[in-house]
Amino acid sequence: MAEVLLQPKGKIGIMIEAEVIRADTLAKKRGEEIERLLVWQGPVQLPLGDFFEVEVRGTGQAEETVVVIEGDVSRVKRIGQGMKTGKIEILGSAGMHLGAEMAGGSILVRGDAGSWAGMEMKGGLLQIMGNAGDHVGCSYRGSWRGMTGGQILIEGNAQSQLGSGLVGGQIVVAGNVESFCGIRQNGGLVLVKGNAVRGAGAEMTGGTLAVLGKIKHFSPGFVEAGREESPKLGDLQLEGKFARFSGDYAISKNPKGVLYCKEG
Amino acid sequence: MATLIIRNGYVFDPLNEINGDVKDVFIRNGKVVDDLSGAEEKEARVIDATGKTVMPGGVDSHAHVAGAKVNAGRLMRPEDHYKSVRSRTALTHSGSGYTIPSVYKQGYDYAVMGYTTVFEAAMPPLEARHTHEEMRATPIVDMGAYLVLGNNWFIMRYLKEGDIEKAAAYAAWMLRTHKGYGIKCVNPAGVENWGWAQNVHSLDEPNIHFEVTAREVIRGLGEVNELLGLPNSLHLHANNMGHPGNWEITRNSLQILEGLKPQNKTNVQWAETKMDATRKQTVYLAHAQFNSFGGTSWRDFCSGVKGVADYVNQVDHVVIDNGAVPFGPGTAMTGDGPAIHDLYMLSGQKWSNTDVELECGSGVIPYTYLKSSPINSVQWAMGLELLLQIKDPWKTIMTTDHPNGGVFTQYPKVIAWLMSRKAREDTFKECHPWASARSSLAGIEREMSLLEIAIVTRANQARTIGIANRKGHLGTGADGDVTVYDLDPTRLDVNDYSKIKRAFSQAEYTVKEGEIVVHRGEILRVPDGRRFYSTPFVDETLEKEMLADVKEWFKYYTIGYANYPVPDKYLKNPVAIQVNKPLEAVARR
Repeated sequence: MAEVLLQPKGKIGIMIEAEVIRADTLAKKRGEEIERLLVWQGPVQLPLGDFFEVEVRGTGQAEETVVVIEGDVSRVKRIGQGMKTGKIEILGSAGMHLGAEMAGGSILVRGDAGSWAGMEMKGGLLQIMGNAGDHVGCSYRGSWRGMTGGQILIEGNAQSQLGSGLVGGQIVVAGNVESFCGIRQNGGLVLVKGNAVRGAGAEMTGGTLAVLGKIKHFSPGFVEAGREESPKLGDLQLEGKFARFSGDYAISKNPKGVLYCKEG
Repeated sequence: MATLIIRNGYVFDPLNEINGDVKDVFIRNGKVVDDLSGAEEKEARVIDATGKTVMPGGVDSHAHVAGAKVNAGRLMRPEDHYKSVRSRTALTHSGSGYTIPSVYKQGYDYAVMGYTTVFEAAMPPLEARHTHEEMRATPIVDMGAYLVLGNNWFIMRYLKEGDIEKAAAYAAWMLRTHKGYGIKCVNPAGVENWGWAQNVHSLDEPNIHFEVTAREVIRGLGEVNELLGLPNSLHLHANNMGHPGNWEITRNSLQILEGLKPQNKTNVQWAETKMDATRKQTVYLAHAQFNSFGGTSWRDFCSGVKGVADYVNQVDHVVIDNGAVPFGPGTAMTGDGPAIHDLYMLSGQKWSNTDVELECGSGVIPYTYLKSSPINSVQWAMGLELLLQIKDPWKTIMTTDHPNGGVFTQYPKVIAWLMSRKAREDTFKECHPWASARSSLAGIEREMSLLEIAIVTRANQARTIGIANRKGHLGTGADGDVTVYDLDPTRLDVNDYSKIKRAFSQAEYTVKEGEIVVHRGEILRVPDGRRFYSTPFVDETLEKEMLADVKEWFKYYTIGYANYPVPDKYLKNPVAIQVNKPLEAVARR
């Protein structure tokens, strides 16, 4: 078991791009080595040590390495991007692209996460205790192939385009989402325990989307396909009466998307 | 300017019948010379090419690399740029894009592979300014662009009236006006119909309004081309592209130009070559793979290459480029709007379409070729079949129709498949069984030699498009464009084809007009390339008559007549190729 403690040194001006902060990258490195890793700030590259105090405790393989960020890093982008194993825990809030393209391991954020968290994620667990921004677990702009595996859990609310182009994996939001949640979804599962605004499941061709609260403006391309009592979606057991819709007929003649809405 | 000696390499220079001889190549003032004086030799920079392969600089005669549709592709595909980036250096620009790289990255990528000349495959006249702007910004490589005329209102009108001289006068004026290099004809008569959501599906159905047939357009533009005596022959993108069973209309289209004599009337200096370096063909068929489909539907889809290859083997007036499919992402872009719409209906991908006023159209759609796809696997086999089934390499050119069949940076893979049967067999194991079941590729034993590779990657490109007066060989007087590959032909084992791929992916040295521009992937110099275009002249009275027609119909354009031409300032290092001396100018017969 190894612990890498990163203590933010002060306010960060231009946001930095710190894809080097990955448990598997920092594993087995000495404090000085970690301080020398380079991050982009605007057009220049600077050592990570300019922004963080680094302390390494113990030694261990990548999978038993925990990176603890002891403060607010909402101006630090790309933490955990592409991470394959190990663990990151952020005691404050995180900036954009947190855990983007992550393939394994886990990330826990005590505060909020910026937009693009878990973009095109392939595996692992991303847990956000606060709120999340736009484009969580979605595809990159222009692509229709988003997250393919892993799990994203959000305790608070998420904004628009959650899980767009979702191919596989699972996203659970305890709070509300805004617009176009599950747009272009073609696999996987999105569960929203709160409300959604508009465009839920728009252009969906596969996968499952469930909304337990209210959808303010329902997508017009969905057709009611039946009613179910306490459906089980993968390993998630829902409670109560549900209407099941299929769609989106606006994009395909034979769509395989399923939208569950809780009745009452 | 510097003098350069490339010593002791195994030289492959097909137009000079040099097949792997150990030779020195001397360059002075940007041109290949026989020898250097003792003093010059002492001063000269020397590349030691011992144990390495030396070829003329690569020439790409068909790639979509500049202009409105290429840029439309860039704009609609941010995801194509996200993961393919290049950082700036003290010497080079940053850049991004995999299937449709930014202009800078594109120039560097070509140079790194040892290519020094690239021709844009389709320049719509109204988009000529845009095309020249992008070519101007593309570093290192020499360029030119073919002007799209196959569905042009004036051409269709003159051909319907049977007025071949006026059609020639118009084509000549258009090439000068837009600084185009040669004539491109895309889905003749069909793209005009696309303006009414239709197409043509045979050679003899008259199109809407102009009532001209594909046969008339192909014959007419072929005759116009030879009447003017342009450096390139007619460059044809045949009808029904991408439709099962289209091999037949492709063969029939090529038959139309039987009997026409090639006439190169360019007034240029010719560097020395052992072989005759003038073009022999009257039609250069683009991306034959997409036009050699067999079967009658996607269910019984198969390779139709045999029909096209058998025909090309029998005749002497055809050169094809293959439009190989190396698997992986591509971006389909062509002046053939309806063909792109068909692909949209099949794939449901995001799609862009443009109508270019009185001239042509175009479409763009992302497309990924998968080894798991039965159709794509047959297409992969067909691209290789074409180059291997057509016996004379001087009738074939290797392309991927970049970025339609695949990206130009995949050329080394295609070279490896052409040179190594083992490479093909290994790919058969990975792709869909249709590749072997529905094409003849599995039974083909032929493995191309390095000399043949030099023919299909540079020498024949240069000869076919009529630029072999200075490109595609290392004869005295040729441009000092040379590529050194880290490949020892005496130790070549084609079964170990990863070495071939590696060598052709990154030239040891790329030399442009005597200057070393790239060494093992590192850009050392960023010269501005030359821009070639043709300036054919016709008899003045004939031109006046034609211009009266143009002015009369110019009211249908959204721009004014005075703003139509491409000004000189759009070109850096322009090279105007004079076609026809005034005395030989085309006049009324």
